[in-house]
Amino acid sequence: MIITAGKRSFQELNNEIRGMLLSEDMIRVEDVNGQRYIGAALDKGKTIEIHGTPGNDMGAYLNGGNIEVYGNGQEAVGNTMGGGSVTIHGHVGDTLGYAMRDGEIFVEKRAGSRAGIHMKEFHELLPVVVIGGVAGAFLGEYMAGGILIVLGLDNTDKLPVVGAHCATGMHGGRIFIRGEVPQENISEHITAVKELDSRDTEDLQRHVRAYCEKFGRSFDEIMSVPFTKLVPTTSRPYANLYTPN
Amino acid sequence: MDFTVPEFDIERNRDRCILCGACVKECSYKVHFFSKDKKAVLADERKCVACHRCAVICPTHAIKIVKYDMAYRDHANWTPTAQKEIIKQATTGGVLLSGMSNNKPYPIYWDKMLLNASQVTNPSIDPLREPMEIRTFLGRKPDKIEFTDDGRLKTVMPPQVKLETPIMFSAMSFGSISFNAQKTLAMAAKELGTIFNTGEGGLHPGLADFTDYAAVQVASGRFGVHKQYLNNCRFIEIKIGQGAKPGIGGHLPGEKVTVEVSNARMIPPGSDAISPAPHHDIYSIEDLRQLIWSLKEATQYKKPVAVKIAAVHNCSAIVSGVARAGADIIVMDGFRGGTGAAPTRIRDNVGIPIELALAAVDQRLRDESIRNSVSLVVSGSFRNSADVVKAIALGADAVYVATAPLIAMGCHMCQQCHTGKCNWGIATQRPELTKRLDPDEMTPRVVNLVNAWNHEIKEMLGGMGLNSIDSLRGNRLMLRGIGLSDKELEILGIRHAGE
Repeated sequence: MIITAGKRSFQELNNEIRGMLLSEDMIRVEDVNGQRYIGAALDKGKTIEIHGTPGNDMGAYLNGGNIEVYGNGQEAVGNTMGGGSVTIHGHVGDTLGYAMRDGEIFVEKRAGSRAGIHMKEFHELLPVVVIGGVAGAFLGEYMAGGILIVLGLDNTDKLPVVGAHCATGMHGGRIFIRGEVPQENISEHITAVKELDSRDTEDLQRHVRAYCEKFGRSFDEIMSVPFTKLVPTTSRPYANLYTPN
Repeated sequence: MDFTVPEFDIERNRDRCILCGACVKECSYKVHFFSKDKKAVLADERKCVACHRCAVICPTHAIKIVKYDMAYRDHANWTPTAQKEIIKQATTGGVLLSGMSNNKPYPIYWDKMLLNASQVTNPSIDPLREPMEIRTFLGRKPDKIEFTDDGRLKTVMPPQVKLETPIMFSAMSFGSISFNAQKTLAMAAKELGTIFNTGEGGLHPGLADFTDYAAVQVASGRFGVHKQYLNNCRFIEIKIGQGAKPGIGGHLPGEKVTVEVSNARMIPPGSDAISPAPHHDIYSIEDLRQLIWSLKEATQYKKPVAVKIAAVHNCSAIVSGVARAGADIIVMDGFRGGTGAAPTRIRDNVGIPIELALAAVDQRLRDESIRNSVSLVVSGSFRNSADVVKAIALGADAVYVATAPLIAMGCHMCQQCHTGKCNWGIATQRPELTKRLDPDEMTPRVVNLVNAWNHEIKEMLGGMGLNSIDSLRGNRLMLRGIGLSDKELEILGIRHAGE
């Protein structure tokens, strides 16, 4: 089923999408022009294909559903996402995957600032974000779990692969960065590991392979450049800050 | 040597002490211990926090906690407390951390306002004989109401929260308080027809039967926030700030993240649960608007969305912005609001009194003709029903209480919530302590408290000749100031007693 978004308000559009998803498992939304909250809390088994530019908070609280965007995403894609998958054939803006708890986000190209902040994992819930291009400042800030992968592909502007203050306050999870890591942009409380263990390699390869399948890139070419793993030096960065009074 | 003397002293009446050892067993701070020959109970006074657990449970009332009587040479500026705090910081280099609420002697404006009563004309009403309405509805009210020709409501009402009392229980997360304490509040809320608030700790599965009486919080760490959580509640509360620590986030230390707490928060046990002060996706009123509407979309507009802020200097402008951003309920927490843990300096020095903030905000929203678009809930702090009545007369729709129900459950205000050793089973996760608080035993006490306040509110309303709490809301003619300056009266929007 196809819905045309045009210049309609987000409320009207999202109402129609929700209504149609009662009977359909897969819908296509065309001519999207910045309407917000598309696919908010979308349930497992439901898929939305978006053509155009969806607005902020696309896939917020995603509840197992799938969203594929042929175009760029804006801010807060997958905000507080609880599961499912988001695929963006383009760039995304700031705060990608804020406090994401499970599921996968694949961004073909660049991500703005504050991607993957507050990501957390729990038992079998393990969120994964793969960013094909470079990422902006504050990547993985306060990160408490999950996997963030930045590939830095097609970096024609020669930008640092991750921006300033990367992994500030990080206290869990793993960040994998391909190629040269700009040390000055990495928080001092982070340990950069050059030698990946077998679990790291397995996870990394699985997610990179998925990225390559989605966007038609060469797995071998991507993996030919070494990755660095960032992990927190301590899981309790603020343990000795306080004195009981 | 840490340069300090004990704060409290234990006076044990040896004639009364029967050496039963209850105090030794009960004290989580390990103050009491048996002498080697077991013929006396001794005490390490330095560890005492004056929580009174030992004194209350002692079967012969042999224990008295008194202030450690230490003379300091008089100095109005360098008080013993000021000196002790310096010594603690010199010893540890840490940020001072306190529990409970601002304990400094700032003005309490509730005590400087007096209520009216009817005499002769517009006679007072006896709530024992006549119906007295204290039912309260929270939520956005439409600008106008339209009816069909046959008298039915045509206007689609935004979602409303129906409360049988204007008193709700404010946010206290599972983690900051025990499950048994939270369950007590949930059970009491159900019985009273009001709301308890999960705080930012997620919803414990053991409270699944109480979701119709739950407000769920969304804070910057988004702990335990998922579709089901957002839809299984009475309303959603976005936490921006808290009166006890405006501008400071929440930080549940790893020691308190037990397996059960970790399950509710959906994070690994033992890890720090960090909710920084800012939501890192909110840097403006427009961004807040985005979060509000994303929550409305995720719940299909069935749940009112509240936004909680701390009462700070520019709160009128902030609240106006929050109302325009689409909040259905705005919660303001004053600088006497409680907390499980806050940096002492923040707790005692940041924010403003809720009385002044409430009066200023209500007036501002009226001036801008948007007062109906949002419900105002205030907290921090309400010690009795008269405080509640005065808040409603100043313009509040409802109030949040937390310290009062905790006292009903046994809290003795030792202000050591941050240690996690609460002997009353409230602010702790240690099983041997939490089991001391039986929800079945404590719920009636909390229900008693609120029912007593409800009746007192009705009596005060009746005395003013009012039979509905709606007639009191924002009715500042029912208030008079006592001993207040012109400026204070102006901000409170009330006249002085005698005028």
